[in-house]
Amino acid sequence: MFPANFEYFRAASVEEAVALLHRHKDAKVLAGGHSLLPIMKLRLAEPAALIDIGHIHILKGISHHRNGIRIGALTTHATIARSEVLQRECSLLSDAAAHIGDPQVRNKGTIGGNIAHADPASDLPAVLLALGARIQMAGPAGDRTVAASDFFTDLLETELREDEVLTAVDVPAIAESAGASYLKFEHPASGYAICGAAAVVDMDGGSCRSASLAFNGVTAIPHHAVAVGDALAGSDISDEAIAAAIEANLRIEEPLGDIQASGEYRVELAKVYGRRALQQARDRARS
Amino acid sequence: MSGVIGTSVKRREDAALLIGKGKYCDDFTLPNMTHAVIVRSPYGHARINSVLTTEAAEHPGVIAVFTGRDVVNSDIGGVVPTGWLLPGIKTPEHPILATDTVRYAGDGVAVVVAEDRYIARDAAELVEVDYEPLDAVTDVLAAVADGAPQLFEEAPGNISFDWDLGDAEATAAAFDRAAHTVEVDLRNNRLIPHAVEPRGCLASFDDTSGELTLYVTTQNPHLHRLLMSLASLNLPEHKMRIIAPEVGGGFGSKIHHYPDEAIASFCSMQIGRPVKWIATRSETNLTDAHGRDHASHAEIALDAQGKILGLRVKTHAAMGAYLSTFAPAVPTYLYGTLLSGQYDIPAIHVQTLGVFTNTSPVDAYRGAGRPEATFVVERLIDMAADATGLSVVEIRRRNFVSKDDFPYQTAVALAYDSGNYDGAMDRALELSGYEALRAEQKRRREAGDTKLMGIGISSFIEACGLAPSQVVGALGAQAGLYESGKVRVHPTGSVTVYTGSSAHGQGHETTFAQVVADRLSIDVDQVEVVHGDTGEVPFGMGTYGSRSAAVGGSAISTALDKVIAKSRKIAAHMLEASEDDVVFEDNAFHVRGVPSKSQGWGDVVLAAYLAHNLPEGLEPGLEETSFYNPENFTYPFGTHICVVEIDSETGAVELQRYVAVDDVGNVINPMIVDGQVHGGLAQGIGQALWEHAVYSDDGQLLSGTLLDYAVPRAHNLPFFETDRTVTPCPHNPLGVKGVGEAGSIASPATVTNAVVDALSPYGVKHMDMPLTPEKIWRAIHRNGG
Repeated sequence: MFPANFEYFRAASVEEAVALLHRHKDAKVLAGGHSLLPIMKLRLAEPAALIDIGHIHILKGISHHRNGIRIGALTTHATIARSEVLQRECSLLSDAAAHIGDPQVRNKGTIGGNIAHADPASDLPAVLLALGARIQMAGPAGDRTVAASDFFTDLLETELREDEVLTAVDVPAIAESAGASYLKFEHPASGYAICGAAAVVDMDGGSCRSASLAFNGVTAIPHHAVAVGDALAGSDISDEAIAAAIEANLRIEEPLGDIQASGEYRVELAKVYGRRALQQARDRARS
Repeated sequence: MSGVIGTSVKRREDAALLIGKGKYCDDFTLPNMTHAVIVRSPYGHARINSVLTTEAAEHPGVIAVFTGRDVVNSDIGGVVPTGWLLPGIKTPEHPILATDTVRYAGDGVAVVVAEDRYIARDAAELVEVDYEPLDAVTDVLAAVADGAPQLFEEAPGNISFDWDLGDAEATAAAFDRAAHTVEVDLRNNRLIPHAVEPRGCLASFDDTSGELTLYVTTQNPHLHRLLMSLASLNLPEHKMRIIAPEVGGGFGSKIHHYPDEAIASFCSMQIGRPVKWIATRSETNLTDAHGRDHASHAEIALDAQGKILGLRVKTHAAMGAYLSTFAPAVPTYLYGTLLSGQYDIPAIHVQTLGVFTNTSPVDAYRGAGRPEATFVVERLIDMAADATGLSVVEIRRRNFVSKDDFPYQTAVALAYDSGNYDGAMDRALELSGYEALRAEQKRRREAGDTKLMGIGISSFIEACGLAPSQVVGALGAQAGLYESGKVRVHPTGSVTVYTGSSAHGQGHETTFAQVVADRLSIDVDQVEVVHGDTGEVPFGMGTYGSRSAAVGGSAISTALDKVIAKSRKIAAHMLEASEDDVVFEDNAFHVRGVPSKSQGWGDVVLAAYLAHNLPEGLEPGLEETSFYNPENFTYPFGTHICVVEIDSETGAVELQRYVAVDDVGNVINPMIVDGQVHGGLAQGIGQALWEHAVYSDDGQLLSGTLLDYAVPRAHNLPFFETDRTVTPCPHNPLGVKGVGEAGSIASPATVTNAVVDALSPYGVKHMDMPLTPEKIWRAIHRNGG
């Protein structure tokens, strides 16, 4: 690991981290380091300074909150995957976290770092969209919150300003009457999603109260297929209804493509994986 | 102890490696050591207008910066040579640092030497190279098209060589009278070797003695010394010591002499301090010699009964930007000669064109030519089965060389010494439950299962145990391919063995100790095996081409013959018996027919060293060296069968079962042989399903990191089902044949045949590797899926 030179600061509090970010232009926040350090090693990123927030303990942990469940930005993927609270009340997130990387990555990588980096092929963004999560941020002007659907703005770009620190992610508990599913078609090399589909289906007896479907890996920012969910609300959400809703309503513009999978193919995968995720979420809601 | 051959002695190498105590190149530190970083071309093809080093040289902590001009102006050779020449071959010069033109992304243009690696990396970015980009060509067929960018003036059309083997006329006549012919255009995908340890070296030149010590990631330290002495450095061999410390895998990629170890040595000679250079993972991917990259047109001719009459192949083989050490041999003598497979084929003709492209050089990679040949033959056989209406089993059986027909002279130069091809196939069919698999497939197809089941079979042969020196010399090798073995018996009876084989993961320290222990009836722990150091070991050719047991092991065995012969003389003298009456058995010398008269091994050895009472004219001591020159290649073979399931909606392939029946002759250590089969299978399956080195048209390596280039992981693979038949090699003393490459030779064709079989209801006849989900999905959907 031979990155370019950088200055290193360890922040003791969120306020100090924000102040350091405000003071140092071209600085990057260091959390688990599992997105940032690899690109620094390749010298694709050469930040002038790193603000290490890894010791701000208040940013770690999972707790109940008035809006559902609050997950501190420094909470690792491993902690999320193993969390009994999440497994019980928001299994979509714990299931998806278990899909990330390998044990070493999950032990170090954090939810805040993951979504602040905004890799389009990462597992969490689609899950947060499907859940309707909210992202908490702290900056010089105080705290603010945005919906996950507004957070991701472009490839590797987010709402987070240069002098803001992502502090927490709030997710709602999934209703007793609902089921969820995250299915991933993995890149054989990186393990990232070529297509990841996250679905939440809430049932009212035999009919679908609401459905939410989102994808990562397919487009530069995670794609929330709102129209598919709307089309299924009130339906019997049968296999046929799901297939029809996707056929009629899944519209993916400007898909990503690379040497492994073209855009056309990713769109096709989204149809198949979207259908399978909705079916699995429905079946879990019924069981 | 006798009987230790054939047992799974645990690898003595592993304990140190597993607890992190193995010492690899990068683990060595010498006093006053410096660090080198090589500045590499970001372009696939460019003219160098200038290289400005002032700013880099002035960077604090930088000791020196050298360019290609500095090398030219020195008295070293400055070029890396090709070790195998073919008739009419064009061998453009390969300078260790480019001076006027770079020909692939990764070509070195300058080197920065600094007090530490961070400084060297920083300063490398300060070297200003003014490049004038030129048109590049990276595809092997595009490179021979009219108007293609040219890499070398002396190689018009980018052709390095145009080689052929076999009887063109007889082959044409076979096609003329054929009842069935099948042809296919196929590609063998370019691969990056991916040894776990990146290449690296530590060069230390002592300017008072004029001696160079070089620690380097090599599979063949003596070959490195020879090539560096003759071409890149011009230092005398007796002033060079090359050490291969622990080497973390090679798969062929550490055979070759690369510019990098010559650059580091040059730097050390210039600055008078040790210089370490260790490749980053990305640098390794960019500059290691890649494997495969063939485009072939292949045809097969059969009579009405499905008997093969002829085979005709024309292959364009990418050489990359320069000819690497053994590059010309790989797509010719290690490829064309194997095109008879396990089959009796009366007429074969193969033409291979070696083609320069703006990519990393291509050279031997696990299997080296033989996986490519097997892929051609085993794909054609399956396609011929389809054309003739025979089953894939029956067409193979009808064409196998019969076990009574050995030795068998092929139409492409090789004389197969032994074999039992039906035997291995029968065992594979039995082990896989082949008939039941076909019945299940039929049932599932009729039921319209959206999971497509495919069954693949591949019957492969390889020529390994490289190689009879006279034969390879006649074919263009600039070296012999014998091996050395020296057995030093110590006065108290324990043994140190020095082998010219150079292990880098194969377990020679264990298997060679077994060979010695078995012959001398001593404990395995009484034997030490030394390898990988030109300062200690007699001149030897190293480890590649599945040669170490067959050639290196045989050298140890023949050295043991000499040791036993001498000690028998001493024992006879001690026993006052005729030498002819003395036999060596169970760690003692016995007089035949007189059970009471014997001398223990230890007493005889001690007597040899005490020299108080030796036979007249016999020198003291007990140490013998042998250079074993094999009389033929060895010919391992086998049949592999696998089962795949394809998700018809996505094209994703799941490899469900893999059955491998190999015949590698006698087995010294079954656990190590199984391990070699497993590793080879993983690599071959990797080639079939995932691995692909992809360049953009302008010469950028698009699959340059492990985020993009998929090497197989354990969880991608099924539990392998392996078995063996045993047909000993008839011409070496151990009856062994070699196993290092077998898995990687057989499995690409096995998996591809299974995938094509799964897709046959969609009219698919052939598909090139890697068999990516998208490629399969397109094949299904193009054909009404």
